[in-house]
Amino acid sequence: MDIGKIRNFSIIAHIDHGKSTLADRLLEYTGALSERDRQDQFLDKMDLERERGITIKAQTVRLDYHADDGEEYILNLIDTPGHVDFTYEVSRSLAACEGGLLVVDASQGVEAQTLANVYLALDNNLEVFPVINKIDLPAADPERVKHEIEEIIGISAGDAVLASAKEGIGTREILEQIVKNIPPPKGDQSAPLKALLFDSWYDQYQGVIILVRIIDGTVRKGEKIRLIATEKSYEALKIGVFAPVMTEVAQLAAGEVGFIIAGIKDVADAKVGDTVTIFQKECDRPLEGFKEVKPMVFSGLYPIDTVQYEQLRDALAKLKLNDSSFSFEPETSVALGFGFRCGFLGLLHMEIIQERLEREFGLDLITTAPTVVYKVHKASGEIMTIDSANQMPELQHLEFIEEPFILAHIHLPNEFVGGVLALCEEKRGVQREIRYLTQTRVMIIYELPLNEIVLDFYDRLKSISKGYASLDYEHLDYRRSELARLNILINGEIVDALSLIVHRDKSYYRGRDLVSRMKELIPRQMFEVAIQAAIGNKVIARETVKALRKDVLAKCYGGDITRKRKLLEKQKEGKKRMKNVGNIELPQEAFLAILKVE
Amino acid sequence: MMFSRIYIHVPFCMSKCPYCAFASEAGANHETGKFPGLILKELENVTAEFPPSTVDSVYFGGGTPSLLTAEELYETLRGISSLVTLAPDAEITIEANPGTVNGRYLKEIRHAGINRVSFGVQSFDDRMLETLGRIHDSNQAREAVCLAKEAGFCNTGIDLIHSIPGESMETWNSDLHEVISLKPEHISIYSLTVEEGTPFAITYKDGDKLPDSDFVADMMETADDFLEKAGYEHYEIANYAIPGFRARHNTGYWKLDGYIGIGPGAHSFVRQGEFGLRFSNTEKLGDYMVFIAENRSPRGEMRFLTRMDAISEFLFLGMRMKEGVLAADFLGKFGESFHDLFPREIRKLESAGLIICDEERIALTRRGVLLSNQVFSMFIN
Repeated sequence: MDIGKIRNFSIIAHIDHGKSTLADRLLEYTGALSERDRQDQFLDKMDLERERGITIKAQTVRLDYHADDGEEYILNLIDTPGHVDFTYEVSRSLAACEGGLLVVDASQGVEAQTLANVYLALDNNLEVFPVINKIDLPAADPERVKHEIEEIIGISAGDAVLASAKEGIGTREILEQIVKNIPPPKGDQSAPLKALLFDSWYDQYQGVIILVRIIDGTVRKGEKIRLIATEKSYEALKIGVFAPVMTEVAQLAAGEVGFIIAGIKDVADAKVGDTVTIFQKECDRPLEGFKEVKPMVFSGLYPIDTVQYEQLRDALAKLKLNDSSFSFEPETSVALGFGFRCGFLGLLHMEIIQERLEREFGLDLITTAPTVVYKVHKASGEIMTIDSANQMPELQHLEFIEEPFILAHIHLPNEFVGGVLALCEEKRGVQREIRYLTQTRVMIIYELPLNEIVLDFYDRLKSISKGYASLDYEHLDYRRSELARLNILINGEIVDALSLIVHRDKSYYRGRDLVSRMKELIPRQMFEVAIQAAIGNKVIARETVKALRKDVLAKCYGGDITRKRKLLEKQKEGKKRMKNVGNIELPQEAFLAILKVE
Repeated sequence: MMFSRIYIHVPFCMSKCPYCAFASEAGANHETGKFPGLILKELENVTAEFPPSTVDSVYFGGGTPSLLTAEELYETLRGISSLVTLAPDAEITIEANPGTVNGRYLKEIRHAGINRVSFGVQSFDDRMLETLGRIHDSNQAREAVCLAKEAGFCNTGIDLIHSIPGESMETWNSDLHEVISLKPEHISIYSLTVEEGTPFAITYKDGDKLPDSDFVADMMETADDFLEKAGYEHYEIANYAIPGFRARHNTGYWKLDGYIGIGPGAHSFVRQGEFGLRFSNTEKLGDYMVFIAENRSPRGEMRFLTRMDAISEFLFLGMRMKEGVLAADFLGKFGESFHDLFPREIRKLESAGLIICDEERIALTRRGVLLSNQVFSMFIN
């Protein structure tokens, strides 16, 4: 294969700016996807992805294209996941490309996420050219958007393709630009194999499938490959490409993109960013940029009905098969019983997993408040990391606590700057920069504690900015903070599932807010319920739910005992869904209330 | 023998009350003449299937049983006594709407063999009666009770409803004063419940016009204090009686005595199988008439109680009574004690002050009566 006829590219776009639709058009135009087997948004496989309009697992497709210059080209479209939680995966997908299409909505303009991914692309030395999409919309303003691209991103937009993926406008022009603007890959086909593993997933029939971009060398079916980071070797049982269906080939050589099936059992052994080489014919050194991905946000997942515990464990294990960034281990709670402490890359990742558990596996779950990973310095000098308030040592053993900070880039129209700055300040942020990108668009850069982000930052940001602000962040460092464990007590008993780690300055406010919400949510019952918030032994807020006085069915119903029984059974069913703390029954909403603090 | 009580459902009303969920058809001219024949035919079939012991209670409920003529009642009772053995002291009750009776009628039905009359008075406040959609006013109610006494009824009951939208504690207090001034032997107190499928369920969908549950509790406690002071014994959650005048019929429901319900929508419990059998008739009068005319069973689903059903019913029905459930009775019936079967539940309910439970019995406390659903639902599984 002539390496000069290969083009490897990604589509960089904000959610909803039309990436998936554009990908469909490219597939159709090149004949990779016939009308008959066309399903909208071929690249986003999972229903959940399609519903949310975001890509979670990257997919890659090989397109054969007959260009205007009369030559046949192979275009590899490498899709990227589209969310802040998956920045590392995005960077590895981009590292497999030589170029990127920057797709910008003709009316919405440049967004923070677009910007973040463009910078990632430029960092990876990609040739980026703009495509202005949705030009068919009445609100389209391509000239303004071109101006924004030049001003904000600093790349030339004079030759930007004006397209409408929905209407099929501009498709051929985009394909031509890919051939002309994106350089062919460079690489030495005869050098020892050096390939970038940029995605992997588990298939129940074939085991783990890895996607690779061959940087140097060639890999052939039957060869023994070696993954450098995990230090494990496997036989390459199948080698192939997605065109777009899986098609086996005899070999993949430098510049090419494809899959390898090598009998890998666990996705955790096929880490994104790892280097693939040939056993005993290894390349001199691995590719740069490999990182172990670690969960950053943790929460407890508990089945509402305890009989679903085993099902939950099986479901978590199944999800883990395809997602090595997600972790879980058993955890017990006095209030919630048996469940799992689960680790996620971020909040979106958490929501996606929760939704899949509920939707695909039919589980009813209680999720405890998300928390970040803290570093606790003990008086003994020992440093421990904790991902749950319940792991926090007693006050007297504590020296100090460190919490993770992130660097947030918030991109928004200027009329919302005041409100968003106030939010960042409230969330204990440290301002780095306010950058006016154009006269009306602003980039705010803040250092923020991650624990405030996982609370409700995103929802608040969206509501303050009427949905116009977009957020992107990267992890920064750990910083010493005045943090404390806030406990909620019901009739004097700590409800472990409701304990939180909060900043001391906010503890009174959070405590009062929590107990008053709990009061609204706990139904009156046969006992009076005292709800307290406390730090250590110090009670900082209290509310009381008075005991219920009347719950009686006087009616005789003419001997219709079955009806009486049904009413009582219904009542009993309702109680089954409650969680017991001592003598008190707590509804699930009380647990969820913690997640929503105004 | 499988039953000793007969309930007869009379599915006719002058007009439908908007809170009532019982099977009945509204109208001015019901063909009640055919009714005794239908009832007796069903009873004949039933007794062939489930042999009765001596019957010590017959209860005409409804609907509005007082829409049956004295002759029709006489015909029905005569028919019953030819099909079953009636105890000489059998309690023969009729529910009566005060708006449907006069002195002559009451005398006639007394002669026909009815010896207990239960008036659906509901309230002595005419505005409340209007809210409830009753056809009678408070004067008719007072008069009806007096006429019943004059007609020779020595066992009269009055039903009252409280917690009607718009009702104040003053109206309720005056209802209580009125009711004891009429000296009934038996008083039933119900709080208005909004039943699914009734016009009230739509009117009071949001519930904001209904009194809150603390106010309802106040009304119930007020009634309790007042009636006990007036010499009435609070012998069951909803029922008060002068000693010696407890309603035999309803008491049977709570003690799992066998009873047969005849007529559309009527419910039965017969002592068949190890723990008894429950079933009920179709609610539609038209369907019922066809079934009986064609000699087919008007019954819906039949359900044999499991041991666990029987255990929970024995408790949640028996505990409605002031005396509660006797440990010896329970042990005798199930071979195990409730102490051993429900230790955790009993401890929790005791600590909440809702029950008393000792070697001898388990019973509701005064607070437990008002929270009896909380108690009973713990014995359901």
